[in-house]
Amino acid sequence: MALSNGFIRKYGVIFGLFGIIVFFAIESPSYFFTASNFILISKQSSINILLALGQMFVILTAGIDLSDGAMAGFVGAVVAGTTVATGNLFLGLIEGIAVGIGFGIVNGIIVAFAKIPAFIATLATMSAITGMTLIYTHGEPIWNLPSSFDFIGQGSLLDIPFSIILMGIAFVVVWIVLARTKYGRHVYAVGGNIKASRAAGIKISSVLISVYAISGLLSAIAGIVLASRLGTAEPTAGSGYELDAIAAVVLGGTSLFGGEGWVVGTIIGGYIIAVLNNGMTIMNISAYYQEVVKGIVILLAVMLTSFGKKYWNE
Amino acid sequence: MTEILKIKDVFKSFSGVTVLKDINLSVQEGKLHAIVGENGAGKSTLMKIIAGELEPDSGEIYVNGKMVKFRSPIDAMQSGISLIHQEFSLVPQLTVYENIFLGREISKKFFKISFVDKKAMKNATHEVLKTFGISDIDVDSKVKDLSVANKQLTEIAKALSTNSRILIMDEPTAALTLKETKVLFDILRKLEAQGVTIIFISHRLEEIFEIADVVTILRNGELVATKKMNEVTMEQVVSMMVGRSMKNRFPEKPIHEVKNEIILDVKNISSDAFKNVSFSLHKGEILGIAGLVGCGNTQVGESIFGLRKFTGELYLESKPISISNPTDAIKNGIFLVPEDRHDLGLVLQLSVKENHSLPNLDLFSNFGFVSAVKEKKSVRSSVSYLNTKISSINQRVDNLSGGNQQKVVLGKWLVRSPKILILDEPTRGIDVGAKYEIYKFIYDQVSKGVSIIYISSELIEVLNLSDRILVMSEGRISGELDPANSTQEDILKLAVKGKGS
Repeated sequence: MALSNGFIRKYGVIFGLFGIIVFFAIESPSYFFTASNFILISKQSSINILLALGQMFVILTAGIDLSDGAMAGFVGAVVAGTTVATGNLFLGLIEGIAVGIGFGIVNGIIVAFAKIPAFIATLATMSAITGMTLIYTHGEPIWNLPSSFDFIGQGSLLDIPFSIILMGIAFVVVWIVLARTKYGRHVYAVGGNIKASRAAGIKISSVLISVYAISGLLSAIAGIVLASRLGTAEPTAGSGYELDAIAAVVLGGTSLFGGEGWVVGTIIGGYIIAVLNNGMTIMNISAYYQEVVKGIVILLAVMLTSFGKKYWNE
Repeated sequence: MTEILKIKDVFKSFSGVTVLKDINLSVQEGKLHAIVGENGAGKSTLMKIIAGELEPDSGEIYVNGKMVKFRSPIDAMQSGISLIHQEFSLVPQLTVYENIFLGREISKKFFKISFVDKKAMKNATHEVLKTFGISDIDVDSKVKDLSVANKQLTEIAKALSTNSRILIMDEPTAALTLKETKVLFDILRKLEAQGVTIIFISHRLEEIFEIADVVTILRNGELVATKKMNEVTMEQVVSMMVGRSMKNRFPEKPIHEVKNEIILDVKNISSDAFKNVSFSLHKGEILGIAGLVGCGNTQVGESIFGLRKFTGELYLESKPISISNPTDAIKNGIFLVPEDRHDLGLVLQLSVKENHSLPNLDLFSNFGFVSAVKEKKSVRSSVSYLNTKISSINQRVDNLSGGNQQKVVLGKWLVRSPKILILDEPTRGIDVGAKYEIYKFIYDQVSKGVSIIYISSELIEVLNLSDRILVMSEGRISGELDPANSTQEDILKLAVKGKGS
């Protein structure tokens, strides 16, 4: 029952999101189930989804990027620092993006050439980058950013928050890259069978380095949105984001063993996390309990997917 | 003489394909009973049934006259039967004695708490090793540090320590040097003298004639005969193994012209798996490279395709080429259909279409974007040319049969108009019908001027398909044969030549 297997993996998560929305809509129709709240949820999920889209490239190659939250934090600090020091926002943004891609390339080189498992490599760079952020900021938030910077995380175009537009653009680009391009095919193939990919003439190291670079790029964008939304660059702003990003990708049905995954799933995975956070806050559930519930929901969702698969396979 | 094991009317099929038919076998206690047959004859399946790894569809097994039903290898072990696989079931990070007692550690009590009794286990291990005169294995060394031969002895010791009375060995000498093989045979003779029964699968008939008491020949899932070694000659065994008329198995070989023109000149290439290999491949030729498992022919093919490091020179159409990775080989029109298609040939999670396109995306895409139209057209033409049976080009390849999977692997290279196709065991694990189609494909390709390097341990295939045969042994080319005037024995003689030298 191959069709059902793929079907559950692919569409199960949609029913999951739908179920959670229905639950909160019944519990709290007047607050939760409103257009303005959905825009709020989208805005809240945008940072996580940006990170998750980058994370997805890495996971598709059977790797993992634990450093993306740390990269986002460092990029936020660099953008703020440079902008404040030079008064040139554009320069700050370019520098931030370059730093993100640079960190990603370093991750990729460690994984592709030093052959260190991605988990260890990015755990180490996560620690190093977190430390670098603290050194760079002296542990203090960076204030006094120009008001033009606020637009990225707080402004709107045609009544749509700009962060949602950024997320939307990233989603479409990632979708096209993964589904329609030669490069996208190579990413899936390397994750599916690295030896067969090499035998098909694919340059494995280029693919590996590039996925980490993409993760770095999207982490940089997420970091900029985050700093802009807060209006300051907090030295620890990015911490913990990597786990939500991984959760979104996995909830979305991407296999941690690589080679399988669907971009729409990742978006929905990100929304599940955001809807849970939002709905529970509306229901006045304490933030401590929210974390516990989130953990349980992630576990249940992944278990349902794998049980469903087994059931259909038999 | 007592009958220790009896197989009665055993049948076994996998998804509709019968692999064992009406098997009746009697094994005498304390004898070395060899099982021979071509690849796919059903040897391994029969051994797995005896060792409890597979259950027969019907039929009975008797051990010491009592009927047994094995649901798992543990059941078989309790009846005194152990199977020693080609791939060992040892934990490399553990020591010899820890492996031997894995899962049944000896313990001692200390204030009512159980502790592992290392000393007792080491002593018991020494005892077992001593029974067959092994002194050079340190029971404290980790299994991963042992030689292949010593790993095998550890595996045997493990089986004996569970009081196995029947040892089944699947190709035990495949990875051993001549010297190690001698050591193993000495041990097997000692075990025989102690009344242990050994069932021994091997491709190497010389070995069987050296050590076995009885031989059973399987062919296409049927038991052809069981003979005492002193009642048969090697020629008789070979003819019983081959048996069938070859007319129906192979398509009519077309009269094709092997041009004088040399397309590929291989000069003195060497690697860790082969030494000083030189040969010329002519345009439109099917060049067979035969040899026993581990002779280095697979590695030669993989090296020419850029998957392995090697030294030496390659000339394509008289021009020197350098190949350091598959991309180089692909650029030069040299393609490999690998021995293990799941490992090197396919990405199992991906579809027929995606696998087909993987090395060819540059041809189907503009500015990095894949053209769905071009891609589909190409996949469809390969699928229809090869008669690949699929439900849709979007079907995942892991749901296809072996034959259809192999056609996907072949099809992906056709797109690029190959100059040279290296086919490594292209018919392994696929059914007779698909084999026939692959033979036809090979003939069609050579008639179009493609040159083929046909690597195989299936002697009958090499003989039927090739225009010329090179035989490899121990990493060297040990001879060249004209298939028109050669037999399987001629190949075998060259294939075992130089073993141990």
